[in-house]
Amino acid sequence: MDTAKLEFLRGTLDVLILKSLVWGPQHGYAITNFILRQSDDTLLVEEGTLYPALWRLESKGLLSAEWGLSENNRKAKFYRLTSEGRRRLRQEIKTWQAYAAAVAKVLAATQLPEPEEAR
Amino acid sequence: MTTTPFWRRYARFFGADPAADVKDELSFHLEAKADDLIRQGMSPEAARKEAERQFGDLRAVERVGQKIGQKTEKRRRIGDYWNDLLHDVRYTFRTLRRDPGFAIVSLLILTLAIGANVAVFSVVNTILLRPLPFPRSNELVWIAPPPSECGWSCATYSADAYEEFSSLSRVYQGVTGYEAFTTPENFRLTGHGEPVPASGMEVIGNFFQVLGVQPALGRLFTPEEARGPVTPNSTGTPVVLLANAYWRRQFQSDPAIVGKAIELNGAPVTVVGVLPESFDYGAVFAPGAKADLFVPLSLDTERMWGNIVTLIGRLKPGVTVSQALDDANRVTPDMYFNVKYPESKGRYKGDLVPMPLKDYVTGKLHRSLIALWLAVGTILLIAGVNLSNLLLARAAARAKEFAMRGALGASRGRIIRQLLMESLVLSGAGAVLGLGLAFAVIRWLAHQGSLALPLLNSLRIDSQAVGWSVLVAILTAMIFGLLPGLRMAGGNLQEVLKDSGAGAGLGRKHERIRAALVISEIALACVLLVSAGLLLRSFSKVLEVDLGFEPDHASSMNVEYDESAPTDEARVMKRTAIFQDVLARVSAIPGVQAAGISDYLPLGPNRSWDTPVPKGKVFAPGELPEPLVYVVSPGFIRAMGIGLQGRDFTWADGPKSEKVIIINASMARRFWPGEDPVNKILMRGDEQDRVVGVVDDVHEESIESSLGAQVYYPCTQQGPSRAQLVVRSSLPPSTLAPTLLRTLRELNPNQPASEFRPIRMIVDHAVSPRRFFMLLVAAFAGLGLVLATLGIYGVISYSVTRQTSEIGVRMALGATAGRVQRGVLANTLRLTGIGIAIGTVMAIIVAKAITSLLFATSPWDFPSYLGMAFALLLVAVASGYIPARRASAINPMQALRNN
Repeated sequence: MDTAKLEFLRGTLDVLILKSLVWGPQHGYAITNFILRQSDDTLLVEEGTLYPALWRLESKGLLSAEWGLSENNRKAKFYRLTSEGRRRLRQEIKTWQAYAAAVAKVLAATQLPEPEEAR
Repeated sequence: MTTTPFWRRYARFFGADPAADVKDELSFHLEAKADDLIRQGMSPEAARKEAERQFGDLRAVERVGQKIGQKTEKRRRIGDYWNDLLHDVRYTFRTLRRDPGFAIVSLLILTLAIGANVAVFSVVNTILLRPLPFPRSNELVWIAPPPSECGWSCATYSADAYEEFSSLSRVYQGVTGYEAFTTPENFRLTGHGEPVPASGMEVIGNFFQVLGVQPALGRLFTPEEARGPVTPNSTGTPVVLLANAYWRRQFQSDPAIVGKAIELNGAPVTVVGVLPESFDYGAVFAPGAKADLFVPLSLDTERMWGNIVTLIGRLKPGVTVSQALDDANRVTPDMYFNVKYPESKGRYKGDLVPMPLKDYVTGKLHRSLIALWLAVGTILLIAGVNLSNLLLARAAARAKEFAMRGALGASRGRIIRQLLMESLVLSGAGAVLGLGLAFAVIRWLAHQGSLALPLLNSLRIDSQAVGWSVLVAILTAMIFGLLPGLRMAGGNLQEVLKDSGAGAGLGRKHERIRAALVISEIALACVLLVSAGLLLRSFSKVLEVDLGFEPDHASSMNVEYDESAPTDEARVMKRTAIFQDVLARVSAIPGVQAAGISDYLPLGPNRSWDTPVPKGKVFAPGELPEPLVYVVSPGFIRAMGIGLQGRDFTWADGPKSEKVIIINASMARRFWPGEDPVNKILMRGDEQDRVVGVVDDVHEESIESSLGAQVYYPCTQQGPSRAQLVVRSSLPPSTLAPTLLRTLRELNPNQPASEFRPIRMIVDHAVSPRRFFMLLVAAFAGLGLVLATLGIYGVISYSVTRQTSEIGVRMALGATAGRVQRGVLANTLRLTGIGIAIGTVMAIIVAKAITSLLFATSPWDFPSYLGMAFALLLVAVASGYIPARRASAINPMQALRNN
């Protein structure tokens, strides 16, 4: 599968970003790496989408940002989940799991269900 | 990312910069990526290129980032601002709670100042600024001749003149008028048990149409009814319109009243409509009076009566008052006083001068109200200065607090904002309380029916008044908050922190400013006190005016009588008999000293008849005035307490005996200068009247106007238009009234329960506008004096506190308590003296400007100035004495040890 071509569903990126910050503040580059590694190199987040998404989340108050030093002593902007962001993440995960389960169920169908009127 | 690095402190030293943030963040990303690629074995150059390639359009992302960043920054700034504001408000409440004395005093000052301002603004707005309560009221004009001496008769027009004017004029949509000679309680409402008096106005049929008044119920008069007579003995259906208040009071808001017949003066009259609540005749045309019902004026029956109607016109759209004047001057030469007499053509030349109705109603009050507005504005200024002073004193005490906050990073702007917030919270609360106060005052004022000010009925606190109070509150906050704020924040923080406070340079500077503030306060109070003094003196001069009659211990009541008879002579006989009977019976009531009847009373409406000339003398036309006419019974002159030379009328002066008159002193001087007028003959056309007595001049229209000629006719020879019984008695009117009414009812069961009005009340009503303004200005002056006292006390008291150690040293070195006290008092008097000197100059300027409001009082009136200086010095000494006592009680040892 060509990783670059995988299109994100609307809102998917947001929940992935929120999830990647669960264990503590991260900078943008680390977030891309996290998503890439965690999805077994399937989901490559492009920079052109990642940063606007981060800024939007920050502006919405789901993330807060602070300047700090990276592992190799470079000045980097670290994002952290706000309590609002944490709440949103929980809610999004629930929605996602329900959605994924529903889609999986439909795709796993082997035959037409019996018509309801018959009963 | 565990510790905040050192450079972070200066990273955004010059404020947030979202654009740089985006650049930094993205360049970090590129570098990190390049690092990873290098670790995978790329050359640094290639790694950087590869990282940039992978990133794509860096510029576009940057642009997006900047846009979002700016938005976020803006939102955060607003959030911060609100947070700070909320914090300021909370902090303000906390500090005010800590100093309740300050909070209460300043709230009190603000409430009084803002309340007075809003109340006066509402009065000014109602009377001066708002248009009259009629649609397109700027089109309405009052048409009257230039002012003259002969009262209402010279300010009104004949029925013929009205008809000619309204048909010849080209500039009006409509011309109307009302009968100017009606007196209160001229109707009797009968058919509901005892007769009840009612005040009715006779108006020309199109009166309400021209004014643009729509009925609340029913309809207005039709053109037929407008022509139709209302007297019971003439044909046609009499109709009446009810005033809203009367309908509610007398008919309990009967919704089905229209079409019903009510009984007026014993005859049925059909109610055709009820007027709207917004229409108050008295409020516009006769301040302090009321009109209960309106009947159409029959021009035909009034035609022979001479000048009886006022003229009110509604100009066509776009016509100016000066165009209307040109048109009137074109019309008047062709107008007749009475079309039956050709020689009366052109008599009204130059006598029809239109003026905006608004000017007629409120013009006389213009200056008084502006003066009142300025007075109340001065109060606000004094209050502002006073609070500024209080805040400065507090600020001095809080200097350390602010210095500490400054040292902890609060900006100068932040501290000013904090101080402004305090004054804004105070003045906001003051505005709310002041609005409440104004509301109470206005409610009370609006129900002062006896106050002869126009439009009081529509007085209310409206959105404009609320807007005004908000404006005033913000303005005050600015005045008194900004100065201390700037002073505080401008101080040298370190110096304050180091210094113990007392004796510091900042303190001395403060004291100079506070002294200047107190001086300006005293000067402003001076102006108010002198103005109030002058108005007070004017008022007392007005009260001292010799009215020409004795208003105390006399009261009047409207007497109903029926003189209907076939011939004039029979009518006179019948009337004479009734009056004689009434006066005999009333005089017999125990406690009654004198009684008499007149058709008009002083200080009310009046009229004149013709222009009599002294027999055997030649005067140029227009040289002699038209005297005001009173038709009185024997005994009236004594009952009113009017001084008389010669003899009074007697019941023997009948229709067949010689015609006799009594004239007033002014008329005697004009008609027979240097001669004794008694027994002289006055000619009215062919009729001869012998002067039998001369009476003192009676103030007819207003106490403040000059006097004209007056002539009294006996009711036994001439027809009075009604009967006002005047009773002189030492008994209080309330005790006398029931007996009197019973006596009158015995003679005439139709006698309504008319009001028994003390003559003093008529006088009070006449002086009520002046009393109103005088009282208000005096109240403001008193308030100004109190505020100035507070200001002086504050400054002196503070300077004593500041000098505690200095005074201690001086006392330790042998200064006596008396010496210390004298020093403090001298300081007080110095400030007051400077204030009075400046204030006197200002007061002279103001007094010159209000000369036209004064009565028989010079703007240089010495006692007013003396009183002002005395009052101010007195309060200065009083308010300086307490701190002086405190200063002399300082224990030198303690004062020195404390430092």
